Amino acid sequence: MISIVLAALLGLQATPIPPPEDPVDPYTQSNANAGATPFAGPGMLRAFHGKAGIARVVDELVTRSIADPRISDIFKGQDMVRLRRTLKEQFCFILNGGCDYTGRDMKASHKDLGLQTADFNALVENLQAAMRQEKVPFFAQNRLLAKLAPMKRDTVVR
Amino acid sequence: MTALIAVAMAGPAVAGEMRQGGKMLLTGGVSSIEGAAGGGLATWALIAGNETDAGIGGKVHATYVALPDFDLASAGVAIGIRDRVEISYARQTFDTRQAGAALGLGKGFKFGQDVYGVKVRISGSALYDQDRILPQISIGVQHKRADKAPIIAAVGGKQSNGTDFYVAATKVILSRSLVVDATVRFTKANQFGLLGFGGDLKNRYKPQFEGSAGMLIKRNLLVGAEVRTRPSNLGFAREQRALDAFAAWSVSRNVAFTAAYADLGDIATVRRQRGAFLSLQGSF
Repeated sequence: MISIVLAALLGLQATPIPPPEDPVDPYTQSNANAGATPFAGPGMLRAFHGKAGIARVVDELVTRSIADPRISDIFKGQDMVRLRRTLKEQFCFILNGGCDYTGRDMKASHKDLGLQTADFNALVENLQAAMRQEKVPFFAQNRLLAKLAPMKRDTVVR
Repeated sequence: MTALIAVAMAGPAVAGEMRQGGKMLLTGGVSSIEGAAGGGLATWALIAGNETDAGIGGKVHATYVALPDFDLASAGVAIGIRDRVEISYARQTFDTRQAGAALGLGKGFKFGQDVYGVKVRISGSALYDQDRILPQISIGVQHKRADKAPIIAAVGGKQSNGTDFYVAATKVILSRSLVVDATVRFTKANQFGLLGFGGDLKNRYKPQFEGSAGMLIKRNLLVGAEVRTRPSNLGFAREQRALDAFAAWSVSRNVAFTAAYADLGDIATVRRQRGAFLSLQGSF
């Protein structure tokens, strides 16, 4: 019996599974929750170097933001595994990468964060830095930002 | 001016939720020669300074326009309150250099004026409303007090003080990396007010147009062109539209540099005044 438990523990250590996401209250999944319509054609996906490029941009955005003293507090106690996954889905959906967005809508997912305009702008600056690092052309960066900018209305609550 | 600074200093202590900075680069515009946030020649609907709707910011500017026969200098300050209200002051000095002697004023004769401005954003957001056609719209007034009343009267100017009223519409079209502005100004000003208001030819408020179009080449670099029409009220010297081609570079979060090639047309009978427009702004 003990050896089975040990084996299970060792097995867990040998093949780490991704840390699980926290449970969330039920909601209806829909691409409409992404808060923007996708681009037409393959141009924007190409500018972001495909799904792999999108994943790198989102990971860099999250890494920069949790280390950014202006906004790092906002991410404390949040489910960062889920955040990375849903952000990648959202960007991939908007950039016409053929993904579905499974997260909550912008209003519901930000309602308790107490975000200010300066927080929104700081996140945009971190996204700009992440896109520069991925060498996304500047005009393509702005096309994505044009899709994200109106989300300020639903995410900034004070 | 002291009262303004007192308001700015008192702000953060009164409202605990205020914070410093946080606006996106160049979304406070640069300083127009009249001190308000705008392009170089045109006043825009944007509110000066680095502050968002949560704070009080502002900027100072020093601008020098070097023309073949004249120099125009402008220095001033603008305060932006909660990205809603802007209060500005600029002092302009127009140096006639050698032309002053030819005009019978004396070499190096200087015209000056003080410009006091208030601007209020009434609707829209130039940056965030990317899914709407409506631009950011602001209304404003600029009260101008020129300091050479006897000479203004001698050349046919009706008043040495005057007030301009304007409506400005500004939009950042991010999907095209463009910034566009259209402003209608109701004014009687001669040479921006330096030669007074109204004249022997005309003495009525007439709408004038100010337009700017720029492209964001980089996150911190805007290049574009402007046009500004002006009334021609004085019989002794006709006045034409002003034009410029500019580059505004946000050197850092707090410092912006604007360089332009400006065509101010004929000034006080001296033809074709085209030259360099250089402006440095510090913002907070």
